[in-house]
Amino acid sequence: MSRAEIQVQDLHKSFGDNHVLRGIDLEIGQGEVVCVIGPSGSGKSTLLRCVNLLEEPTGGRVFVGGTELTDPDVDIDAVRRRIGMVFQQFNLFPHLNATENLTLPQRRVLGRDKATAARIAAENLARVGLADKARAYPSSLSGGQQQRVAIARALAMGPEVMLFDEPTSALDPELVGDVLAVMRRLAEEGMTMMVVTHEMTFAREVADRVVFMDGGVIVEEGGPGQVIGAPRHERTRHFLSRLLDPAMAEVEEEAPDQVGGSGE
Amino acid sequence: MTDTGTALQPKRKGLTRRQRRGLSRAVQYAVFAAAVIAFAVAADWGRLKNQFAQGDIARQMFPEVITLALKNTVLYTLSGFVVGLVLGMVIALMRLSSVGPYRWVAGVYIEIFRGLPALLIFIFVGVAVPLAFPGTQIPGGTYGKVAIALGLVSAAYMAETIRAGIQAVPKGQMEAARSLGFSPARAMVSIIVPQAFRIILPPLTNELVLLFKDSSLVLFLGVTLEERELSKYGRDLASTTANSTPILVAGLCYLLVTVPLGYVVRRMESRSQEAIR
Repeated sequence: MSRAEIQVQDLHKSFGDNHVLRGIDLEIGQGEVVCVIGPSGSGKSTLLRCVNLLEEPTGGRVFVGGTELTDPDVDIDAVRRRIGMVFQQFNLFPHLNATENLTLPQRRVLGRDKATAARIAAENLARVGLADKARAYPSSLSGGQQQRVAIARALAMGPEVMLFDEPTSALDPELVGDVLAVMRRLAEEGMTMMVVTHEMTFAREVADRVVFMDGGVIVEEGGPGQVIGAPRHERTRHFLSRLLDPAMAEVEEEAPDQVGGSGE
Repeated sequence: MTDTGTALQPKRKGLTRRQRRGLSRAVQYAVFAAAVIAFAVAADWGRLKNQFAQGDIARQMFPEVITLALKNTVLYTLSGFVVGLVLGMVIALMRLSSVGPYRWVAGVYIEIFRGLPALLIFIFVGVAVPLAFPGTQIPGGTYGKVAIALGLVSAAYMAETIRAGIQAVPKGQMEAARSLGFSPARAMVSIIVPQAFRIILPPLTNELVLLFKDSSLVLFLGVTLEERELSKYGRDLASTTANSTPILVAGLCYLLVTVPLGYVVRRMESRSQEAIR
């Protein structure tokens, strides 16, 4: 963790009157894996999307690899090439097969020649365990396979940082494991990762640091053993108990944890 | 037609539902059979055959009706389609532009050219423009004029179709492309438009069928013998032979193209239904 790969300073984001992010400060070092957890509407996905400027922050600054993304004169396309993004809904290009999903961006964006792009595509499909699906179209793949192709597509661009936006939330439960295994391997290989997730087991075992967000602010952060194992804040405890045992939740008169973090 | 049965339903309390359904069907078949018989008896078959189905007149139309008339119809249609597609693409992108004046100009164009009859556009291109600007030559002669007139008309419809197609591509596709480092323009060309065209292939083919029929309006531009298409050719021959057979043959030639195209459209539509699942 020599230098900060991702730096977020006093980040604010509003959608109209809805103040979703209320001053976020976060640093993620090189090779660090940070999981962001929190209830829905807490702003965690918005934070992630601000890190590659898919959402334009209302205030504050974002740096990735030393380049300021929030600088109006920055070449955003050039910076984004260094940031891989994996979406909840996969967002594979449905008119292209798995290999073409990986080669088209390499060729159009990075200007790699056909042979090089094909070689790198094959390497990355093998890396996510889908070498045998090279010619399959997204519609013929399971959700888990589609998400692994999406990870391979991002990796083929050679990113320095990977962002994951609830990568397993749209998957059938029995398919989650394959995707998490790929992410775990990636973490072991030293990739800098920022992961918005509800998978507490993954966060506990893989993350170097866990960030709990609620109401547009970071409530607490620290090692997974501390934040998930022994949370200091009542809101964190409340969230975790509901997540780990949904059946235990009681009907609440007023939801105290929903104060600033209203609807999605 | 079908309401003969349903209208009976509330009153006939005496019949079971199954009986009522049987009665309703019987009435509908009976009405149809009566109409067919009445037509067969009333029609003057000899006269119809003489007027519309004279074998020797039909024979003398070949091969020219195909090699000249149908060929020209196809040429006019395709040239108009290409102009309309290119212009329509530009207008659709203007309509989706973030720059206000572009959106405004595209909107006005679409409103104007969807609201005017195609015939008026033909007269505008063929008569009004040469009158207003004497000496201007539209390149390609009649072919150029038809391409422009049909292109102007169809561009308005195609622009709306293309815009709808682009907007039907999920937002995540643009986000995925941008997150990979595509510029907005490059993402549009490489990722969004190819998907949009898959979505709009059936309506675009429908537009081709409409253009195929509208190409008959070239009649009003005044064409040389060599430039005649199906409708004009059929009409000319009908007047020289004082017989309607050429009209029938010309009509069949249109159907020769439009019916298979319609079939292709339905195939594509049902296939895209399956793709959505």
